[in-house]
Formats: sequence, structure tokens, C-alpha cells
Amino acid sequence: MHSVLEREQLSPNVVRLVVNAPRIAKVRRPGQFVIVRRGPGGERIPLTIADNDPEAGTITLMIQAIGASTTELTNLQVGDTIQDVAGPLGAETHLPPAGTHAVCVGGGVGTAVLLPIVRALGEKGVKVTSVIGGRSKEWVILEKELREAGDVVTCTDDGSYGRHGFVTQALKDLLDAGGVDNVYAIGPVPMMRAVAEMTKPYGVETTVSLNAIMVDGTGMCGGCRVTIGGETKYACVDGPEFNAHQVNFQELADRLTTYRSFETSALERKKAEEAAALGACATTEVQA
Amino acid sequence: MSETEGVKAPLSNKERMTIDRVAMPEQAGDARAHNFGEVNLGLTYQLAMLEAERCIQCPKPFCVDGCPVRVDIPRFIKSLRDGDLPAAAESLLGDNALPCVTGRVCPQETQCEQVCIRAKKGNPVAIGYLERFVADWAQANPDALPTANPTQTGKKVGIVGSGPAGLTAAGELVKKGHDVTVFEAFHAPGGVLIYGIPEFRLPKDIVQAEVDRLQRAGVKLELDAIVGRTYTIPELREDYDALFLAVGAGLPVFMNVPGENFKGVYSANEYLTRVNLMGAWSPNSQTPILHGQKVVVVGGGNVAMDSVRTGRRLGAEEATIVYRRSADELPARKEEVHHAKDEGVRFEFLAAPVEVLADENRWVTGLRCIRMELGEPDASGRRRPKAIPGSEFVIDCDLVVVAIGTKANPLLTGSAPELNVNEWGYLITDEYGMSSLPGVFAGGDIVRGAATVILAMGDGKRSAAAIDSWLNGVWPPPPEANAAKPKKEAAVAGN
Ligand SMILES: Cc1cc2nc3c(=O)[nH]c(=O)nc-3n(C[C@H](O)[C@H](O)[C@H](O)COP(=O)(O)OP(=O)(O)OC[C@H]3O[C@@H](n4cnc5c(N)ncnc54)[C@H](O)[C@@H]3O)c2cc1C
Ligand SMILES: Cc1cc2nc3c(=O)[nH]c(=O)nc-3n(C[C@H](O)[C@H](O)[C@H](O)COP(=O)(O)OP(=O)(O)OC[C@H]3O[C@@H](n4cnc5c(N)ncnc54)[C@H](O)[C@@H]3O)c2cc1C
Ligand code: FES
Repeated sequence: MHSVLEREQLSPNVVRLVVNAPRIAKVRRPGQFVIVRRGPGGERIPLTIADNDPEAGTITLMIQAIGASTTELTNLQVGDTIQDVAGPLGAETHLPPAGTHAVCVGGGVGTAVLLPIVRALGEKGVKVTSVIGGRSKEWVILEKELREAGDVVTCTDDGSYGRHGFVTQALKDLLDAGGVDNVYAIGPVPMMRAVAEMTKPYGVETTVSLNAIMVDGTGMCGGCRVTIGGETKYACVDGPEFNAHQVNFQELADRLTTYRSFETSALERKKAEEAAALGACATTEVQA
Repeated sequence: MSETEGVKAPLSNKERMTIDRVAMPEQAGDARAHNFGEVNLGLTYQLAMLEAERCIQCPKPFCVDGCPVRVDIPRFIKSLRDGDLPAAAESLLGDNALPCVTGRVCPQETQCEQVCIRAKKGNPVAIGYLERFVADWAQANPDALPTANPTQTGKKVGIVGSGPAGLTAAGELVKKGHDVTVFEAFHAPGGVLIYGIPEFRLPKDIVQAEVDRLQRAGVKLELDAIVGRTYTIPELREDYDALFLAVGAGLPVFMNVPGENFKGVYSANEYLTRVNLMGAWSPNSQTPILHGQKVVVVGGGNVAMDSVRTGRRLGAEEATIVYRRSADELPARKEEVHHAKDEGVRFEFLAAPVEVLADENRWVTGLRCIRMELGEPDASGRRRPKAIPGSEFVIDCDLVVVAIGTKANPLLTGSAPELNVNEWGYLITDEYGMSSLPGVFAGGDIVRGAATVILAMGDGKRSAAAIDSWLNGVWPPPPEANAAKPKKEAAVAGN
């Protein structure tokens, strides 16, 4: 059992949890993730380890409520427990040499996945410019934390905060200005794909983190298979980070829709259950 | 024979020879094709006693030689026949750590029952059914069995993997008074017994009860512990006096044909893990599974049979096995093939996949196959299949499950380069089961390649004896520690 020690709402649908997991906190490297299972009957959910504190024996997870299982996790409160936290999984981030300049682009909860990479780059002496975005101001997360490791450019789709427009436009300006050695891009598949297409003509090495659907996270099921440079790779052991210019994004986007109908109904079931539970509470109150 | 019933005068061998082999009561094929309840229902007490009478108690029993862990079969059958179930159970459990499991999934027809003297004239004694009967009784009556209280040695053994090899070794080593911890990558123990073999063949609470028994005996279990990630081998070697690596052969093999990454193509590992470990067969599970209407499973081993029968149970109107050789070469257990046929599974023999077809949304619509013919025997002694040019045809389907074998997972071995592996990535061990690292032993599928439950258990048992010797400073171990060397190696899970 792993208890939730801290909880913070970062944006309307992203929550930061600090979870007790001493062993993982001790050995985890940037870029790695855990697989979390809330309790009996629960799904196995891959989540990036955003931070760790080996002394306190804790890891930090940042979770976007996107479906039934992630909603359940974001609803956890301090003192609640998570039954299973397995890891650390995946390969660690490959860091370029000190003195180079990396632009790190984050979209949505991808910014949380990006944070440990940005920190590792900063610690290594790589100059970092983070470019993060969201629909509007309230969706922009982790700006303060990212600033500790370098410059930050914020963008909002509606112009309510920072630059007006998509992160890709800000990235383009940086690429045109020159001196960018590496790009890291993490976010929704269409965004990562757009970044990959944009950096290619500039010949800038670009890394993306692929959020393939996973089960075991140890290479045993092949469900997370992605095509990289025409070859099948397993996102859970060979990745999750890959060279963006070699990723078959269409296939990834496709495979991510495999359970869409199931997921919609799971979420609806959950909402219905919650509504029913609320209804039940209301009735009890009335009776009392 | 009615006069013997009350007083129980022993039968003569001649009389025993007249009794016919009992039939295993089972759920009817059409009903069970739609549920996940166990297919074989187990013998009743009466049937078990009747079957036990068929054993003629050979002075030199071949069945024991036919068993990879050398269960003293005549002995437990004799106790059963005498009505002494506690003695039968004690005898069986002394030889076999997981009899509830092997009584259900062992290929008896190529092991003990194949060499049973009675098989020469008619049907062998139903050893597997009797084993299951006694084992189930023992599981239901834990208090009837003596509990061992070995003196603690203070030596620590770490076991990596909680499949049949790891669990057997754990059971043997606690009996010797060692302090045993099992590390398991998944959130539930049992290995293939939990995530691979389906509920309808091996109920999960049976496996859990076996694990509970080991835990009561003192085995510690650390779940969600992935060795090679959560811990490293060098670290564990510092904390433990000996290690036993039993991580199985968990890496799926794909067909390597175009279209394999379309939606609706699963490895058998993923398909079965979702259904069994994650419980996706139940509508209450949070883990999704695709319910195909027309399911094609590629392969001919137990894994393929389990997948196709699962497909039927998840509602497939058509469930088809595509196998590149003929019916005679099917590596699956006969009983499973027979059960699959009863449940309406179709077999497409002498056919191999060449391409997965899909619609514009990249959902699977069919499997293009090519006809095969059998040529000269290959290294395995089976006739090598050859494609017949121009013989391609399409099987319409919306789900393809690939069950053509597994490989070694490099996750653990890759993290300890000092471990010697062969060209396929399997661990190399010496005659005592020790790897290239002193005090680090290995067994089961990670040494043999995909094999069987009982061979994995045999490795666990043998390695436990060797580890005990190693911990006692007696090395190499005395000959009896190595006595249970299997005579015969069967591969069932491959293609
Ligand atoms: C290596 C890795 C690291 C990750 N790190 C984080 C993290 O730090 N924080 C975080 O919030 N999420 C992270 N994710 C994504 C997270 O695992 C998924 O959002 C989660 O599995 C969805 O589960 P659900 O049941 O809530 O939603 P579901 O009901 O399963 O899915 C809801 C919607 O999300 C899509 N979806 C399904 N699986 C994924 C997936 N793996 N990634 C993206 N979309 C998906 C579905 O197509 C569907 O439209 C990571 C994924 C991977 C593979
Ligand atoms: C679907 C299916 C049906 C089968 N049917 C039969 C049958 O009817 N009869 C029969 O005799 N055989 C059958 N087999 C074969 C049999 O199950 C295997 O030969 C046997 O389970 C091998 O046992 P094992 O202990 O070596 O490994 P496994 O059972 O594979 O167990 C290995 C365990 O180690 C864990 N592990 C892996 N890596 C790590 C790590 N790095 N750290 C920690 N833990 C780890 C795994 O999660 C797993 O729990 C079947 C196999 C399958 C897949
Ligand atoms: S998640 Fe199963 S192989 Fe990657």
C-alpha cells in the first residue's frame, strides 16, 4: 500500500500527488515511469515519475483526469492509499552534453512528463528554454518549477496568458533564431507530430515521449508496440522516449483509439455511479 | 463384486483389470462455450475410489519415471484407496508442491499415463484425475495435514518470479528452515498460472490458495518488484545468501507480417493477461478487452487453445485456429484440443498467415493466409511446413490473436551482464541449476524456453535441493540432491 501524502490541484483536470514509494524513490532516473493500480479490479495506469525524494521515500505523480481510472486517481485525497505502484519502468532520458541548448515543449499533462527532463537537463548544465501551453491561463501548469531550470515561454490558445497561439509557433521562432541543439516535445500526439514535422527541416534532434497503451510495462505483452524507423519497438522498455523523426505517429494515434468506445462507457458508468451516490447522500440528508 | 463392498476385501489384479477408466465429469460444451466456469468438474468421491482401484501397484512403477518430479504415484493412490485421504495428501504434497495445479494442467498423456502399464492394454489409470482429487481435498482440509516447524537456519534466499518454478523452490526452501522472499513483477503471484492459463481451466482461487499455503508456511512475497528495475541482481546478491531466478519466458513473438499493428491484433500474452490477470472477462473490470465476433488465433499450442476458447467465451460466433502443420503435429494437450472442438472451435490446418487486412479506420477485417504442405522432418523431428505458391486465401475476422511462441525477456538478464545466456537469451546453468554467478541458480522457462508447468516445478525442486546444499557449504551437492532429473523434455507451448 502506498499512501498519498500531498495533493495539489494544478489545473482544472491535473492533480499533483506525492506518494509514499521508498524503493522507487531511491532508484528512479529521469524519464522513467511507474504503473499504478488503485485497488482490486483496477486498471494498470502508466504515469511518469515527475519527481522523487529519496530521503523522504516519496515520488511525485501528476495526473490528468482523462478517463475512469485517471479520474479515480485524481479524486484521491491525502491519507488515501494506492494498492500498487510498480517501477521504475522505461529507459532513462538520454541527455545531450553540457553547454548545448535544448528547447522543451510541453502540452497539457505532457508538461508534467517534461518537468523531470527539464530538471535533469538543467542539472547537467544544458541551457533550457521551456515552451508550455494550454487552452487558457488556468490550463498552464508548472511554470514556476520549470523556471527554476531555465527560461519559460508560455502560450495560450485564447491569448489569456503569455503568447497568443500554439506552442509550435513559439518553437518556430526559437528555431529561426538559431542555436537550438535539441528539442524535447511531450504532449498530445498531434502536437508531438507537429513538432516533429517542424524541427525536421532544421535538422534539430528531437525527442518525444510516447504514451502508448500499456499493460505490464515490462515488455511482456507487446501491447505498447510502436513503429520507429520502420521497426517495431516496445514503448515500455525501449522507450518511452524516441527520436521524433522516426516515429510513426499515425499508427500511434490509431492504436490509442482502440478502446475509445469502452472508455466512453466506463466514464459514463462512473459518472452515473457518482451521480447515484450523490443522489443517495442527498436523500439520506433529507431523511436525517 | 457386490459382496466386497461392505468389508472391503482387496481386489485381485484380475478384478482390477476389469474396471473401466472413469470419465471426467465436465460442463456441457455448448453451455461452457459461453462461461468462464471450470470445464472439468473433478471426480466425485465414488468415482475417485473406483478409479483408484484400477491401479495394480506395480512393484517397479513406470509412472514414477514418467513424472518429471517423480511423484510416488502408487503410494498416494494406495492411501486413497485405503480411504486414508490425509496420508494420500501428505504423500502427494511431499513430492509435488502444487498438485492442485498439475492435476489440472499437466500433459499426463505424454508423461505418467503414457507409460502406465495399463495403457498397454486399454486405458491408463487416470492419474491426473486422482492427483487433482487428492489435492483438492487437501486444499479444502488444510487442518488435516501436519504443519512442519523446521528449525530456522538464518540463511536468506531470494527468488525472482512467482510462477511454478519459483513457488516450488520457495516451498521446498522454507521446509528446510531458510528465510525465503519471492519477488514478483506483477501485482499478483502465480506467473503463467495467473495471467496465462484461463479461469475455465485453472480457477484463480485455486492458485491463490496454493500461494496462501506457502505464505502460511513462511514464504514472504514482495509484489510489484521488478528485478532489473526495482532491484538489481548485484543488490540482491548482497542481501541474500542465494538467489533463484525463475522469470519465465515472457516475451511475445509476433508473426512479422504486414498489418500486424492494426487495431484488433493481440499477442496471446496481452489477450490472456487482460482477460485473466486484469479480469476483463467480467463486465465489472476497468480493463478493456476487444470482443471479436470472428476471432482467429494463430498457433497450435496450449496458449493458442486457451486464446481461442477465451475468444469463444467472450462471444465470438466464429473462433478459428490457424496452424501451419496438420492435426497430428498440434503441440497442445490432447484434452485441450478435444475441449476446443466440443466448444465449436474451427481448425484451419496447413495454413500460415501472410498479411493482416484492415478497413479504412485500421480495424482488422481479415487474415490473408497461404496453404502449406509438409516436407522433410526438421530438427524437432516434426515435418517442416512449406508454402504452396499461389494458394493464398482470406479468413474474415475482426480479431487476430498471435500465439506462436515466446522468447526470453532481457529485462532481468540485461541488467546483469555477468549472467551467461545462450543465443536466444535463455540463462545457461550447470548440472545443479547454478548460473554463471556463484550462488545464483535458475530454472523453468527462462532456462528451458517455453516448456511446461511440471518441468518448471521440477527445476524448482532440484534447484532448491542444490541451494540447500550450497547454503550448508556442501558443494557440489551429494548425488541425491540431483536425483529428480527429468527423463523427458516436452515442449507444449510453442508452435
Ligand atoms: C509512459 C507513460 C507515461 C505517462 N505519464 C502520464 C503522466 O505523468 N500523467 C498523466 O496524466 N498521464 C500519463 N500518461 C497517460 C496515462 O497513462 C493515460 O492517460 C491513462 O492510461 C488513461 O487512463 P484512463 O482509464 O483514465 O482513461 P481511458 O478511459 O483509458 O482513456 C481516455 C482517453 O485517453 C486515451 N488514452 C488511453 N490510453 C492513453 C494513454 N496511455 N495516453 C494517452 N491517452 C490515452 C483514450 O484513447 C481515450 O480517448 C502516461 C502514459 C504513458 C504510456
Ligand atoms: C496460456 C498458457 C497456457 C499453458 N498451458 C499449459 C498447460 O496446460 N500445461 C503445462 O504444463 N504448461 C502450460 N503452459 C506452460 C507453462 O505455464 C510454463 O511452462 C510455466 O508456467 C513456466 O513456469 P516458470 O515458473 O518458469 O515461469 P512463469 O510461469 O512464466 O512465471 C514467471 C514469473 O516471473 C515474473 N517475472 C518476470 N520477470 C520478472 C522480473 N524481472 N522480476 C520479477 N518477476 C519477474 C513473471 O511476472 C511471472 O510471474 C502454458 C503457458 C501459457 C502461456
Ligand atoms: S506494456 Fe506490455 S510490452 Fe509494453
